[in-house]
Amino acid sequence: MTAERVLRRGHDSAVLRLSEAEAAEIGNDPDTPVDDERVLLNMGPSHPSTHGVLRLMLEMEGETVLRSKPVVGYLHTGMEKQAEQLTYLQGPTNVTRMDYAAPLFSELAFSLATEKLLEIEVPERATWIRMLMCELNRMSSHLLFMATNGMDLGAVGMMIYGWREREEVLRFFEMVTGLRMNHNYIRPGGVAADLPDGWEDEVIRLLDITAPRLDEYDVLMTGQPIWRERLQGVGVLNSDEALALSATGPLLRSTGYAWDLRRHEAYLAYDEIDFDVIVGTYGDCYDRYAIRLNEIRESMKIVRQIIDKMPAGDYRVQDKKVTPPPRVRIDESMEALIHHFKIFTEGYKVPVGEAYASVESPRGELGVYIVSDGTSTPYRMHVRGPSFINLQTMPHLMKDGLIADGVAIISSVDPIMGEVDR
Amino acid sequence: MILGLDPLFTDGVDIGDVGWVLVKVIVIFVFLMVAVMLNIWFLRKVIADFQNRIGPSVAGKWGILQSLADGIKLFMKEDLVPEKADRFVFKLAPYLSLVPAFLVFAIVPLGGDFNKSRELADGTVETGALEWGDNITYLQLADPPVGILFFLAMSSLAIYGIMLAGWGSGSKYPLLGSVRASAQMVSYEAALGLAIAAVVLISGSLSTHDIVAQQAAEGWFGIVPRWNLIVTAFVPFIIFLIAGTAELNHPPFDLVEAEQELVGGFHTEYSSIRFALFFLAEFMNQITMSAIAVTLFLGGPAGPVLFGPAWIWGIIWFFAKTMFFLWGLVWVRATLPRFRYDQLMDLGWKVLIPLALAWFLLLAGIQVGQDRGWDGQDEIIFIAVFAGACLLMGSLLMAAIKTARQERLEREGVDQHG
Repeated sequence: MTAERVLRRGHDSAVLRLSEAEAAEIGNDPDTPVDDERVLLNMGPSHPSTHGVLRLMLEMEGETVLRSKPVVGYLHTGMEKQAEQLTYLQGPTNVTRMDYAAPLFSELAFSLATEKLLEIEVPERATWIRMLMCELNRMSSHLLFMATNGMDLGAVGMMIYGWREREEVLRFFEMVTGLRMNHNYIRPGGVAADLPDGWEDEVIRLLDITAPRLDEYDVLMTGQPIWRERLQGVGVLNSDEALALSATGPLLRSTGYAWDLRRHEAYLAYDEIDFDVIVGTYGDCYDRYAIRLNEIRESMKIVRQIIDKMPAGDYRVQDKKVTPPPRVRIDESMEALIHHFKIFTEGYKVPVGEAYASVESPRGELGVYIVSDGTSTPYRMHVRGPSFINLQTMPHLMKDGLIADGVAIISSVDPIMGEVDR
Repeated sequence: MILGLDPLFTDGVDIGDVGWVLVKVIVIFVFLMVAVMLNIWFLRKVIADFQNRIGPSVAGKWGILQSLADGIKLFMKEDLVPEKADRFVFKLAPYLSLVPAFLVFAIVPLGGDFNKSRELADGTVETGALEWGDNITYLQLADPPVGILFFLAMSSLAIYGIMLAGWGSGSKYPLLGSVRASAQMVSYEAALGLAIAAVVLISGSLSTHDIVAQQAAEGWFGIVPRWNLIVTAFVPFIIFLIAGTAELNHPPFDLVEAEQELVGGFHTEYSSIRFALFFLAEFMNQITMSAIAVTLFLGGPAGPVLFGPAWIWGIIWFFAKTMFFLWGLVWVRATLPRFRYDQLMDLGWKVLIPLALAWFLLLAGIQVGQDRGWDGQDEIIFIAVFAGACLLMGSLLMAAIKTARQERLEREGVDQHG
């Protein structure tokens, strides 16, 4: 019944089906409303709370949003096409720029797909390092959500607190990868570098700092009456609707549908780790907030287990075809120098085939589909960006809400425009 | 006589008195301008502290000249008038917003020694005046007989500035902001007025100076001051604080500006000096609202004299109390999320106004009782009747709210989210 509701067309649909030309005709002049009661409001692409360059065309009656239409493409950089020009080794540099709040997940999905094509097995330590970095990245991404969600609802202090905690995680990333974002750290065959000495202490320090601060968030927001009033019952979605719109991630889990790729299609070594999949009940903005807050705690739990279980060994596969020789060998051996040069200019050839690998990014199912024609660059790469697909729930969430609810909904869907537009 | 009950005018108005008034006008004007500058700096410094930042630190010592620098920058900016704006209204609006903010401060008693009284030439007794040679005067610009009503009038006028700014901009976001502004300020004005009415009822006077003088009287046990805060039993004070914050468009009630929703609300299209005027008015209103709260509920400049000249302590107490409120405003701004439009209306109409009205009636009943010398039995009857009436009205209100919600649900279709 409800899945039909979201799919129906016509005038009572939540989606505003209006072309740019039609919109320009009736929407530009405030004196000519759509009809007697309704106006067309353009929110974005540059607006304080559209998370970058999302643009929403809203059909409003007073402050009530009747129909809406998300317009994307303002950050389009052609990354999927770009991937066809870049070798598999250069691929992560490209995909890491999609979801700039959680770059390691795109790198991971790309690397997993490439490894499927190469049919190589990465060393155990590399797998665990990937898991460590991804969980920390999930923390930093959700902390960013905490910051922006607070800001979008007017709790300005929260913005700074969220950034502050995220900064701690980024500091660790900088220590490991040399960069705060766009790491290019997870590559086909393993990771770019081993963890530095003393990484355990750094991670434990980070976790010890973050835990009490999450409790402070509870004081500042979770139990705050205005906060609850603003989020509870706003932007409600149920499981049927979420599935009909192929929503994933916290958006789907908030409806009570426990779907988490880490659990259901365990990649990396998630089957060796004990963690809970956080689900909500009502599918509203408050549930999505609470899920993300608790997923930070869950990630911290996972990270602690990883610290205990981190195996020794290689951090990248010792397959000479995909792994360049160590730096010291280049000074000693002519063959190593040639080998190094070939890998970084030509890249390595990947067998003909196609592969899809998906990971549970902070925003949902992030999948990379690669078709190889046997050369060193993909024939075609397609990315299933969770931000992009979750975005289509937005008109349904916003329907009949106030414009202030709309802001809370944009925030709780948490789209990253770099990934939406790619 | 608009300047009112000041003892300066008891023996008629001569040229010297006009001079006095002019001096006061200039002092208050300069004081307000400097205070606004410092208030903005104070806000930014304190909020930076809340958020683990340093805040302004470059312009002057501790960044204290930051607002001055910002002001100069805004003066230099290009002054834009949007093509679709109603030019006259667009240009008029900032002044409509700024002028009332200035005027309200005229009725605030800023200082004076309220601990001793003296008899004037015409036989009346007054307290809290300052003596300078032959001249005896209050430390406030004007003490009109309408007193606190002047404040309500001015704060109503200030709405026009915001409404017209939004309407005159000829753009959708400001229009939404101004619609919110008119609804919000009009509905919170009622609660604000009822809270003030409770104070007026207790004081028996509209004059701000009299209200302060009453609160300066000997309190209970020698240490608890006889502030209206306590005399009216806190409730009107709390209502005043909430309604006053809403009246200021200050977070969590800043829906009129609501950066995340309406970009800048009513001042989205404003730039340069016109924007600066709105900004100035907003921060000036914070100061005046705090000063009015201090005057009405915390005894204004009344307070003990610890050492040194007595008149200086009035000013010190006044500023200490005002700073307390200003700090509270910053605290709220740094912490709370913003209300939604309908929640704001709910709070105003369904909570604050009925509560303020009930409390006002209770205080009125007690007042009447005191005047007529009711004994214990009468009081019990009164309290029973009052409680019964409150219960009745409360349940009627609840029933109304419930019916309205029911109707809305039926209209929207109950199957909404299955």
